Amino acid sequence: MRVGVITFPGTLDDRDAARAVNRSGAQAVLLWHGDADLKKVDAVILPGGFSYGDYLRAGAISRFSPVMNSVIEAAGEGMPVLGICNGFQVLCESHLLPGALTRNSDLHFLCRDQEIEITNNMTPWTTTFSLKERIVIPLKNGEGSFQCDDKTLAQLEDEGRVVARYVGENPNGSRNLIAGISNERGNVVGLMPHPEHAIDPLTGPTAQGLGFFTSILNSMVK
Amino acid sequence: MAKIVVEVMLKPEILDPQGNAVASALARLGFSVAKSVRQGKRFEIEVEGEPTASQIAQVEKAAEVLLSNPVIETYVVRVEK
Repeated sequence: MRVGVITFPGTLDDRDAARAVNRSGAQAVLLWHGDADLKKVDAVILPGGFSYGDYLRAGAISRFSPVMNSVIEAAGEGMPVLGICNGFQVLCESHLLPGALTRNSDLHFLCRDQEIEITNNMTPWTTTFSLKERIVIPLKNGEGSFQCDDKTLAQLEDEGRVVARYVGENPNGSRNLIAGISNERGNVVGLMPHPEHAIDPLTGPTAQGLGFFTSILNSMVK
Repeated sequence: MAKIVVEVMLKPEILDPQGNAVASALARLGFSVAKSVRQGKRFEIEVEGEPTASQIAQVEKAAEVLLSNPVIETYVVRVEK
């Protein structure tokens, strides 16, 4: 099972994401933004960071990179795609996910351990979690406030496409405490907090983030 | 040299924390004029000579596809001498 991890100029969390993939038992395959070749991977992760310096808008320029053309095409054919933090922003800019991520409501860059609740465990990235399971993983971003119009929000809620929600006080002004969503088909998931930083208690708050990576392995093996 | 200018603003219903921060800084400094502030972006695209209709159309397209995100922003395109 091969899981691609894309590096854009300015990506920070590709190494951690690759390490998390390998830890789960799958094989991480490093992909380069300038290369449209997805190297026969079974799934793709867009990691966090500041691709293209967040110039213009976070994710706005990455969306037009050669590798993203291939990702958009593969996602349309059902390949699982997970965008974490900046990766989530890229997926919204690519219109693979609805809505947009805007500046945190209090303008602060947040970096802390955050409790979230898994609200959809049917996506290929969340199957190892139980519904309403609460986990603690790091949240670190400046533009993590999920925004969309009322119609889109109602649609996301009605179709069960909110994948994770913040627990407790709203950290960034996201609508309905949204921490992660999926596309209609469920194969594309965007997540603001960082599971790849919580795969080992030695370096993360918990190892609960690993569930996203074992989920993708399990859903592929089945 | 003429310029095609694109101004991008957050939609009115989207929270603008930067604009709010600027508004409170203005009030702190005694500029009591501001009831509220919205912050946006301005792009100046230089063209050779007088902009043609097709050049303006190209910029309109670019504003929609790249320079703004229609989910949260609106844009205005105009020519400046």
